[in-house]
Amino acid sequence: MSLWVDKFRPKTLDDLHYHQSLSIRLKSLAASADFPHMLFYGPSGAGKKTRISCTLRQLFGSGVEKLKIDQRVFISPSKRKLEINVVQSNFHIEITPSEAGNYDRVVIQDLLKEIAQTQQVDLNAKHRFKVVVINEADSLSRDAQAALRRTMEKYMSNMRIILCANSTSRLIAPIKSRCLLMRVAAPTPEEMQNVLEHVAKKLKFDLPEEASQQIAEDSGGNMRKALLVFEALKMQSPDLSGSLTIAKPDWEIYCHKVADLIVQEQSPARVLEVRGKLYELLAHCIPPTIILKTVAERVVERVDEAMKADVMHWAAFYETRMRLGNKKIYHLEAWVVKVMSLYKHFMYNFDMADFE
Amino acid sequence: MAFFQAKSTSATSKHFVDPAHQPWVEKYRPKTIDDVSAQEHTIAVLRKTLVSTNLPHMLFYGPPGTGKTSTILALARQLFGPDNFRNRVLELNASDERGISIVREKIKSFARQTPRAQAVASDGNVYPCPPYKIIILDEADSMTQDAQGALRRIMETYARITRFCLVCNYVTRIIEPLASRCSKFRFTPLDSTSTSSRLSHIASAEHIDVSSEVISTLIETSGGDLRRSITYLQSASRLSSSTNPPVPITPHDIQEIAGVVPTAVINDFAKTLGISVVEDMDVDDLPTNWKLKGFNAVQKKVKGIMREGYSASQTLSQLHDTIILHPTLPARQKAKCALAFAEADKALCDGADEELWVLEVGLRIHKAVTTS
Repeated sequence: MSLWVDKFRPKTLDDLHYHQSLSIRLKSLAASADFPHMLFYGPSGAGKKTRISCTLRQLFGSGVEKLKIDQRVFISPSKRKLEINVVQSNFHIEITPSEAGNYDRVVIQDLLKEIAQTQQVDLNAKHRFKVVVINEADSLSRDAQAALRRTMEKYMSNMRIILCANSTSRLIAPIKSRCLLMRVAAPTPEEMQNVLEHVAKKLKFDLPEEASQQIAEDSGGNMRKALLVFEALKMQSPDLSGSLTIAKPDWEIYCHKVADLIVQEQSPARVLEVRGKLYELLAHCIPPTIILKTVAERVVERVDEAMKADVMHWAAFYETRMRLGNKKIYHLEAWVVKVMSLYKHFMYNFDMADFE
Repeated sequence: MAFFQAKSTSATSKHFVDPAHQPWVEKYRPKTIDDVSAQEHTIAVLRKTLVSTNLPHMLFYGPPGTGKTSTILALARQLFGPDNFRNRVLELNASDERGISIVREKIKSFARQTPRAQAVASDGNVYPCPPYKIIILDEADSMTQDAQGALRRIMETYARITRFCLVCNYVTRIIEPLASRCSKFRFTPLDSTSTSSRLSHIASAEHIDVSSEVISTLIETSGGDLRRSITYLQSASRLSSSTNPPVPITPHDIQEIAGVVPTAVINDFAKTLGISVVEDMDVDDLPTNWKLKGFNAVQKKVKGIMREGYSASQTLSQLHDTIILHPTLPARQKAKCALAFAEADKALCDGADEELWVLEVGLRIHKAVTTS
């Protein structure tokens, strides 16, 4: 039995619930003979992947659902072996080049050239070209992106590329200018409620209005999260009535605890305590950016208006540092200490002003 | 390169590739250097070399989409004709492996070959076909320093029978010894008249109907990058022709394709930050609203923008334009805003979190504007 997220994932463009205009566009593009390279971008859980797979289906028919997973070995210039998982059907191939780390350029070069130089052998295929889906395109290195540039033009006759990214900021301009950009915005709460109701109807039970509203609000535009939460709730209380408490993930509660610690007291001992908690979070593989953002957002809720901007400023500042450096904990801690000192200063000045 | 080309040409003869499915940037790539839009100075110099059939080593540099690759390909084609083109020209770009070993082996062995005798042109035209080969190193700025270093001596030793043409975006990434061996040609961003004439030429050749507003939107969004505007035009025409019945292309379509954030969203964001946008100049009660809209309003707005999936860099650059060109904002505040933008751009280039930085810029602008 699969999760509801997978079970009720729309299979065709007609099944999609929201962004109708986008679906119409994709449909007409798939029907026309010249399909462009495409770049799907939008926040996570907005339905980029779903739209890509629907488009592929629209392009080639149900044949694209016969997937096989291959493990391919690439050899880097320094003779290092790289093993990459490749998901492919007869008509398309899906790769996540960021698995290869620094050597993603090699993967892109080898794989794309290989595909570009093989013709479609199946004479019944609807289109002459194969499609290469590149996931997490925004984490491709500059080199790999540069390697894509000319390939995208030269092998247009038997290959199309579909890139999937969270944002276009990290893609180089030449790539963007070669693709048709498809923005997939997060669904609005109403649209999410529609989807939830649709799922409920399929499973033949009633979904109370308040429950769906609550789930939609809580998930912050992330459809996948909403469905997962929905399923979890259904497990907890089968009738979905009464007051529902959506369980927050453990790490989020933990992050909130850290934020509370920072606001309550500012002392070296407290820093030590916070550090222990931060280590704990990092050890559980919570991405440091998410830790920083969650803690910062919580801190901001609890401090004075005048300080909020500063807290966020330093969060942004140290987040950038964190990207450049490679020891994350230093920068997390630096931020904590910075916020504490800001808070102290603020309270101190405030107090003094009050006394005078 | 010659190998790949041979393959693709034979493939096209076997499987008929409808030219309608070609990207227009390839389809309308200039055939002769006289077709190249703008770049009068460079073309004038190159035309002379076409007559004298003597070519220096060349370095083409300039922003993307200004016709660098097109120019050298057209020139080579005019020099050698279609039949000799394949064995006289070696094109390497960033999609090919170009480490030092390739420079030492592939480039060197190609460079040291004495050019073969001129084949008789099959199309009946007479080509100058001078007795040297051309090696085109496209996107040369992504070559490593070592690989560039290895080229130095090769360029000199085989200068008699081989000419190099380096094509790059940033001339500063080419090491000095290489740059000094080449005659440099700078390609400038296309001015709006030549872009619009080229675009309308393509539009008429493709039998599509474009209004002048669409063309001006294309020019605006592409910023002198002809390739980008042609791609946008093609995408837009695809979209418009595939619906039933075909609808005319609107400037809004172009903006959506180009990933431009709608002006309304930017204006709304700017208003939240406390900047009065031109249309609302008559609203006088703005200052009182400023105090009410504090941190939370900005944060909410930023979250909204991020949820819509707009790209941070695009949002910031458009917000930047709004603020810098703002008619009434004092220079001091503009300067503060510009500083925030610059820092955010650097951070985004380094791969920092988008939401945090858009928020940061928003807050700093808010602060700069409210506390003057």
